[in-house]
Amino acid sequence: MTTILALIGRLTLAFLSETGRAGILLGQILVEGRNLIRDHKLLIEQAMDVGYRSLPLVLLVGVFTGAVSAWQGNYQFEGYIPIRFLGVSVFKGVVIELGPVLTALIIAGRVGASIAAELGTMKVTEQIDALESLAISPVRYLATPRFFANVVMMPALVTLADFIAVVGAFVVANGFIGISTATFFNEIPKHFWLYDIGAGLLKSVVFGGITALMGCYIGFNAEGGAEGVGNATIRAFVWSCLLILASDFLLAMLLF
Amino acid sequence: MISIRGLSKSFAGKPVLQGLDLDIHDGECLSIIGRSGCGKSVLLKHIIGLITPDEGTIIIDGEDLGTMSKEHLYKVRQKFGILFQGSALFDSMTVEDNIALALREHDLMPESEIQGVVENTLTMVGLPGIELLKPAELSGGMKKRVGLARAIALNPRYILYDEPTTGLDPIMADIINEMIIRLNEKLSVTTVVVTHDMVSSYKVATRIVMLHRGKIIFSGSPEETRNASDPVVRQFIEGSAEGPIKPILTDHIKK
Repeated sequence: MTTILALIGRLTLAFLSETGRAGILLGQILVEGRNLIRDHKLLIEQAMDVGYRSLPLVLLVGVFTGAVSAWQGNYQFEGYIPIRFLGVSVFKGVVIELGPVLTALIIAGRVGASIAAELGTMKVTEQIDALESLAISPVRYLATPRFFANVVMMPALVTLADFIAVVGAFVVANGFIGISTATFFNEIPKHFWLYDIGAGLLKSVVFGGITALMGCYIGFNAEGGAEGVGNATIRAFVWSCLLILASDFLLAMLLF
Repeated sequence: MISIRGLSKSFAGKPVLQGLDLDIHDGECLSIIGRSGCGKSVLLKHIIGLITPDEGTIIIDGEDLGTMSKEHLYKVRQKFGILFQGSALFDSMTVEDNIALALREHDLMPESEIQGVVENTLTMVGLPGIELLKPAELSGGMKKRVGLARAIALNPRYILYDEPTTGLDPIMADIINEMIIRLNEKLSVTTVVVTHDMVSSYKVATRIVMLHRGKIIFSGSPEETRNASDPVVRQFIEGSAEGPIKPILTDHIKK
């Protein structure tokens, strides 16, 4: 019993310590944000990586998300809910939940893991020390542009993913299920609330911040050689996903 | 002048430095020798504040590193140039960007002058015309020299070398040694070389100190080092397996 309590105590302390250190890094990043105008080239470079280079994957996932939502929605509505509500139900589901969460999970895998691998490699090859020795803050030079690029680009990616998902849903509904354009779109304006889109975008900002913070924090603390970098990459992805899903639940309770 | 007093540092409960005292005088070329893993690189990183000591003080030109703000520490770091063991070049950047990074980040001069500094430093290390190459395209010796060019670009007062000849063939190692001597004289800097290469140490140093069990156990000129009577120092400089220093491998087998 004592051993179990000691283990729980150690795990709790380790969790609180890690949370505290990640929180300190977040604070430092926010403070260093004051240099973003000066560091706009670094920000643009990272925004290109997060946004432009992630776009094909995000759009691909978006179109299939919409397509599957329409197909499965049609199956679930049959006999219970009038089919004219299919369009609005897909639209709301995508904008509020599927668009932000699926896009965030993709970015966690593509960008968050990549940040951890890049910074982790820099850490184990002393490049972070080299930056410090040149009197350049790694938080300002490396973490801050990555954090704000994620925070800014995530809502843009989610907006595009939402749009393409609705298009995908419409193509399936119209082309494969036989629902007319009017039937699919007519109910959307009646049940459309700007608040839904705003809430979805707010979620995406939080998810983008979580992904970048985890990537930077775990990358900066990578140890060992190639194995350490590999572990950091996996940890960044796993922790980003966990925190995205947990914060999604919290935000859902707060916002809806 | 760099003055270190009572420096102690442990990692995961294992003491690496134990109350170390050391003065590094202006203009000298100091070589710090000792076995692999004895804490030489840890000492070097303490000197520029990359590692925070558990105990002790590090005074740089009369200023205590431990009591200064981060901003002031960054100012003090601009007095230093450091060549890392693995060169630590930024592999996403070209040679030019590696050398020019600090100059650009600190807005020290206009871009036209920065180009001149990059050319000059590359010429000083014997590698003119490689500005546009990436670190992945360079050999080990070239990486070390580009690392050195980056270290001297800020016109430092102190140049620190972490194992500058490790992993290089004897000819390239000697080229690096010659470069260390030349830069020490030409730039009038204070040089600290951490190494376990005695050939390099004898060649470049004006003073040699030996780090053993977390403390400086010997200090003397290269000539005094050659003639040292301390059995630990003798064993190290002769590179003998027999003596008071027990090889780590033997320690493990005994356990």
